[in-house]
Amino acid sequence: MKKTHIFVLAIIAVAAAIVFSTTADASVYVGFGEARQRAAEGNVTKVHVVGKLPRDAQKRPMGLEYDPLTDPNYFAFTLVDTNRVAQRVIYNNPKPQDFDASEQVVITGSMKGQIFMADNILLKCPSKYVKKDLKGATASVN
Amino acid sequence: MNLLVGQIGHLSVILAFAAALVAAYSYFQASRGRALGEEDTSWLRIARVAFFVHGAAVLSVIVCLFNIIHAHRYEYYYAWSHSSNHLPVQYMISCFWEGQEGSFLLWIFWHVVLGFFIMRFNRKWEAPVMAVFSGVQLFLVSMILGVVLGGVKIGSSPFTLLRDFLVDLPVFKLNPNFVPKDGTGLNALLQNYWMVIHPPTLFLGFALTLVPFAFAIAGLWKRELTAWVKPALPWTLIGGGVLGVGVVMGAYWAYETLNFGGYWNWDPVENAVYIPWLVLVASLHGMVLWQKRRTGLRTAFALVIATFILILYATFLTRSGVLGSASVHSFTDLGLSGQLFIYLGAFAVLAIVLLVWRWKEIPISEKELTAYNPELWVFVGATVLCLGAFQVLFTTSIPVYNSFMGLLGIKTNIALPADQIAHYSKLQLWMGVGVTLLSGVAQIMWWQRNDKTTLVNSLAAPTMLALLGTALVVLLVRYNKLTITPAYVALTLAGLFGVLANFGTIFTLLRRGVRLSGGAVAHLGIALMLLGILASSGYSNIISRNVSGLLYSREFTEDLNRDNVLLWRNETTPMHGYQLTYTGQFLEVPGVPGYVDKQQLFRTDDEYKAVARAPIASEGKTYYKTGDTLEILPENTYYRVAYKNEKSGEEFVLYPRAQVNEEMGGLLASPAVKKFWGHDIYSHISSVLDPRKEKTWSEAKEHVLSVGDTIFLNDYFAVFRAIEPAHETAGLNMQKGDLALQADMLVSGERRQYHAHPVFVVRNRLVGRVPDEVEDLGVRLSLNSIDPVAGKFTFAVSTSQKDYVILKAMEKPFINLLWSGTLLMALGFGLSVWQRGGKGVLTTDATPAPEASAEAGNRAIRPQPVS
Repeated sequence: MKKTHIFVLAIIAVAAAIVFSTTADASVYVGFGEARQRAAEGNVTKVHVVGKLPRDAQKRPMGLEYDPLTDPNYFAFTLVDTNRVAQRVIYNNPKPQDFDASEQVVITGSMKGQIFMADNILLKCPSKYVKKDLKGATASVN
Repeated sequence: MNLLVGQIGHLSVILAFAAALVAAYSYFQASRGRALGEEDTSWLRIARVAFFVHGAAVLSVIVCLFNIIHAHRYEYYYAWSHSSNHLPVQYMISCFWEGQEGSFLLWIFWHVVLGFFIMRFNRKWEAPVMAVFSGVQLFLVSMILGVVLGGVKIGSSPFTLLRDFLVDLPVFKLNPNFVPKDGTGLNALLQNYWMVIHPPTLFLGFALTLVPFAFAIAGLWKRELTAWVKPALPWTLIGGGVLGVGVVMGAYWAYETLNFGGYWNWDPVENAVYIPWLVLVASLHGMVLWQKRRTGLRTAFALVIATFILILYATFLTRSGVLGSASVHSFTDLGLSGQLFIYLGAFAVLAIVLLVWRWKEIPISEKELTAYNPELWVFVGATVLCLGAFQVLFTTSIPVYNSFMGLLGIKTNIALPADQIAHYSKLQLWMGVGVTLLSGVAQIMWWQRNDKTTLVNSLAAPTMLALLGTALVVLLVRYNKLTITPAYVALTLAGLFGVLANFGTIFTLLRRGVRLSGGAVAHLGIALMLLGILASSGYSNIISRNVSGLLYSREFTEDLNRDNVLLWRNETTPMHGYQLTYTGQFLEVPGVPGYVDKQQLFRTDDEYKAVARAPIASEGKTYYKTGDTLEILPENTYYRVAYKNEKSGEEFVLYPRAQVNEEMGGLLASPAVKKFWGHDIYSHISSVLDPRKEKTWSEAKEHVLSVGDTIFLNDYFAVFRAIEPAHETAGLNMQKGDLALQADMLVSGERRQYHAHPVFVVRNRLVGRVPDEVEDLGVRLSLNSIDPVAGKFTFAVSTSQKDYVILKAMEKPFINLLWSGTLLMALGFGLSVWQRGGKGVLTTDATPAPEASAEAGNRAIRPQPVS
């Protein structure tokens, strides 16, 4: 076997290790049902959950709990996933600004007992992408 | 409404497209079936004219687009959505490339400039290289073409009218000529000087990767399989330097502007530039190996082509919308994904087919490399870089796998790793170890004759010193009660070795000419950068821990990262070695250095204007008198936080800011950084009382007082000192015959006393009241009525939530190593270009010097390094 072959084999081995390690680290999008199931099976890997905030008649989100005066690092809310399963979530960080306005919330973390502990929150806000709203346009027409 | 400029612009885009097509075809015809340097002159002439026309048309497009932005022509969607009346001129340049179309235009522009350089200085290669250039331009211009052919929309024009974009808006049905008065503005995050120079640098780096690619394709096409390396090499060097600096500039911008707590977040868009840069640097090593040592040509070919394809892939990733919301750089999805995919596919297939076709003809080195050949170690180093690039590529592409499987009708739910930073860091760290170790070894070996003795002699010193240094670092880290993992030890060792070995090489080379040391300087820079990254990211220390001893009782008692502290206004809070005091909200006033306290400003209906309530002075100079109207920048509120180091007593002030930014979802925090020699203190606001919302006041309580009486206001002691003619009437618009009185109430706060002056106005027998607020204390006073007979005055007092901020602060040790390492790296690239400058870029290649043999001759006679 030539040295080149050994070298090529070594490269393939490292590349395979990289692929393997990525597969091991990659997370999944699941619903809360599956997240609970995983926790029950003792699987503590973190998952992604996509959901929405439950809102009342005035479109205000319900069940947000954040009182910076008692504890700035405690934010709790209820999220309803795409299968309409509701779950209480705790986030040990300040409440993200404009959390209330978000259309969609993606959280990462895992279930701990009855609570989903989130360590990251990604918000999708309605105004983030294309500007489609022309403020004051109708008002200035005569 | 000015339709002409848009029409000229759009016409120029079409002309640029057509001219690129003519240029590509003519250059192709000029070179087809002929050897290099024997082009068909008539085709060549047509091609040159066409490319000049293309260049002129591109310039015309740029001028038109800039005019639309600069003249606030809001009838155009581009100006309306990216600019506004209040935008300073320097940021109009940033709005030029905020949108996808503008950034494509920037990229096209750099290609034109580089194309002109090639036409002027690389005559011999002009035809085949420019054929590739023009072909690339054809695809790029098509992205901004904005025409509909057979029902298919090709490209997105920056000259689209607002009314054609927002077709459904009722206002345009009533009045098609409606033009908005103001634009929606540039994303305030991008109103930053780095955003003026970072994108052009990055796109110049992107454009520079086309040059070696075009040379490689030309070489394959013309069967000039070896000669292309020499003219292409300086361009690769410049590209490596520019792209590297561009990436770090982006990191620095993120560090200063975003609030994720660092400079690198492994965001897909960051990775999309980082991956091609790694491969570009690897390809550079392949090219140098061939140019200097006549080995590694196949590697050079493969990597040069891979670099360009990765640039196209990066473009596809960031602009097609496939990444979705997983990125801070939110390019609007313009529905170009099909077009981008064709662009990527066309060049990838063309290049790979050509390379495979000629593969067997590419010369390979006869000699078998041994461990004593530096070439082997350079080659291994390039491989390590490629593996590192592969790792980032494989993970970053996860959203692409989902989309791809979705196209096949299979639903997959793979997500990016939950902790991306940990994932990338643990793997990229080993690439860093490999790169620094190999760069040190290879640099030493490159410049000397190698056998067992010389190798042991020259490697002994840096190895011993690096081991000693690492031991010292480990002890110091332990001494500071921190932990160090074996991986960190390895990186420290490799980094120190890289620094010492490259430093030694520079020292040896100084005697033989500074120019030769470019490689060693760049590698030294990289080693320093890695050490800086290790220290500043690995040992980033959160200092805003709750040290009040107060424990919050919650569901979980385990040790959680409670990384944020609440600071009440004007109350000092102890925090991990510092005393912090938040002392109020400030605004930026153009023309006044520093920031101006909001309490000194009386806001008006125009949010960009305010009236001074007190003289506005800075460092002894008064800029505005009481009552002056001044311009303010309302988007950013700065929160003044005073720091006092408990040990050294040193004091400094930071102004982290919160920005009203509708585009990014409302209110956005940006950090403030205090730089010290050995570390940075970095802090940002995590939560504030929303400055956009009106304060909620308690129900007013009435107090009847006489002059000299005292009361308690929101727990503060206050004295009603006098009643006097009002003098603070700036916002009142006083007229003759009006009567204005004010009360003077002296309130004692925690740190100082405040005068509150509620005003009572009588105009035409009507009574008006102007309440006064002490923002620091959350108190509002109003003088409701006066009973002159009894000498009694009725005050209404309301209180509000006292102001506070929630802050996160951290210490970043030795971050300056990263920035200074970057500068050294850039200097190294510069030196290398300079070394080759005389032989490559700026000369016509009339006299091909047998560089490799001359180099070999030099090696034989030159003196051996001493150690």
